[in-house]
Amino acid sequence: MIEAPAPFPAEAPVLPRGAALRRGLRANPLLVAGGIGSVLVVLVALFAPLLAPFPADAGSATHPFMVLQPPSAQHWFGTDDVGRDILSRVIYGARVSPLVAVLVLAIASAVGIPLGVVAGYFGGWLDEAIMRVTDIFLAFPPLLLALAFAAVLPASLTTVIIAIAVTWWPWYTRLIRGQAASVAGRPYVESCRALGIPAYRILLRHVLPNSVTPLIVQISLDFGGVILTASALSFLGLGAQDPVPDWGLMVAEGQNYFTTAWWVVTFPGLAILVTAFAFTLLGDGLRDLLDPKRTFLP
Amino acid sequence: MTLYVVRRLATAIGVVAGVIVLTFVIARLVPGDPAATWAGPHASAAQIAAARRFLGLDRPPAVQLVSYFGGILTGNWGVSIHTHRPVLSDIGNAAPASIELVTAALIIAVIVAVPLGLVSARWPGRAADHTIRAGSILGVSMPIFWLALILQLLLSDRLHLLPAAGEFAPGLLFSHPLTRVTGFGLIDAPLTGNWPMFGSILAHLVLPALVVAAYPAGLLTRMIRAQVLDTIGDTHVQMVRALGFSETTVYARFAMKLAWNPVAAALALVFGYALVNTFLVEAIFDWPGLGEYATASISSLDTPAILGVTLFIALVYVAANLVVDLIQATMDPRIRLR
Repeated sequence: MIEAPAPFPAEAPVLPRGAALRRGLRANPLLVAGGIGSVLVVLVALFAPLLAPFPADAGSATHPFMVLQPPSAQHWFGTDDVGRDILSRVIYGARVSPLVAVLVLAIASAVGIPLGVVAGYFGGWLDEAIMRVTDIFLAFPPLLLALAFAAVLPASLTTVIIAIAVTWWPWYTRLIRGQAASVAGRPYVESCRALGIPAYRILLRHVLPNSVTPLIVQISLDFGGVILTASALSFLGLGAQDPVPDWGLMVAEGQNYFTTAWWVVTFPGLAILVTAFAFTLLGDGLRDLLDPKRTFLP
Repeated sequence: MTLYVVRRLATAIGVVAGVIVLTFVIARLVPGDPAATWAGPHASAAQIAAARRFLGLDRPPAVQLVSYFGGILTGNWGVSIHTHRPVLSDIGNAAPASIELVTAALIIAVIVAVPLGLVSARWPGRAADHTIRAGSILGVSMPIFWLALILQLLLSDRLHLLPAAGEFAPGLLFSHPLTRVTGFGLIDAPLTGNWPMFGSILAHLVLPALVVAAYPAGLLTRMIRAQVLDTIGDTHVQMVRALGFSETTVYARFAMKLAWNPVAAALALVFGYALVNTFLVEAIFDWPGLGEYATASISSLDTPAILGVTLFIALVYVAANLVVDLIQATMDPRIRLR
């Protein structure tokens, strides 16, 4: 079945692009806060070598006489159990889980988008087969399936990326399929078909560009979720291994000294929270700005 | 209605079959030779071959899949390498504690989310709304393993307000031992009149439940806000308003009523999410549920146990979704006639 094209929302007044954007931003201070926070995280990641006071501590350096020092003027976030500067490790950590998230979302999109476009455009048994496979993957809460994959593979960041990407693509296939199916029924796509344009060109030039907007919003919303999932896997020991300055791993390592040295756990965890918070605020604000009608579902 | 139930059941059975196949595939991904792992580090070639026959790994994969399938259906979920007990009975022992924890967390989440969501929807765009929305996004962005450690340090280690870890005070094990009837401590203790135990379990439950509640509370607050804002302009809500009911009643009673349906559906999904989140929390609080069992299995590379827990939670999740769909179809004819 091909759905009828949705009627165009008529009540929204047509504003010049800049004015609409300014009005949207003023009504949504959370979007602005999220945007600033996200840019800061990216800047910290880019300029980590300049910002970190002890760049060598992001690796496997040890300072046996500086073990578990509380925060001080020299070590703002204190030192860990082998004497490394936690601030430097937290700064370099901005290069680990955000990069994992970028790779996961890229792989999930590369797998999910083509399958969704094909399923939505062609329909029939192909659609049925692809959708039943996504049903199976979506029958697991996302962290659970990622955990099962990561638990049987050797612990590393590559494993984390593969495990999360494998659980993430079906969401994108679903989303794109619905869009593609509604685009496939529109008159301009039918006229392309009538002109004898080959299917792959219709898909690439007409169906894909017209169904991808909600996916872009979803990807920006998912960024924080992937960072949380990746940190959780590293916290459980299934991901990054020391000396990689991964925030989740640093929380796990600090656990043993937590009652005596609170700073080892607190600051890396705060970094996870701030990063996930900023990107989710950004994605959420973007969604409101581009697509205010959609309700929030898990 | 019958047609809808049959169709929905058929889909669920198909999904369950697929889920079982997927766990079988994951089990085959384990690098190295499972027979060699089973036989131990100094096993001879003959012993490894014997282990391979014992584990059924010498048969073709299709035959293995069929026998795995049969095993799952007849309750033979394999033996845990770590505890040496059948995985299904281990899960049966651990599940009640996790279900208690997640239920408590969801109750906290609903109690927090309903008023916050309503206030947020009542004055959209105002300071309270922005604060509540930021707070709810903070809830869904929370690394809960970190929140668990921070709250444990603050509320228990420093302020001594709540017990730090365990299911109940260890002394009660001797003075007021718990008689297991249903396996749920919070049900068994009152059933057997063991009130000191009941109070102790409840006190130990608060901290982990607060931590697990962070994500569902954030999610539900956002959902309720969106739902109420969606329905507040509807004609029947306008009608109630025109009849002279107070704004509080219009929001809390009439607009909220329509929000319960999607909230109930979300609760079923969130129950599954929260059950997985116990993996990150139970070990920290020494809460003897599925999460602690799973993390112990992960650190001892106990594949049958890990996949058993995975399969169990996936089945719970599929069943919860099925139940919600059926309840909604009973209440709302638009769904079953689609």
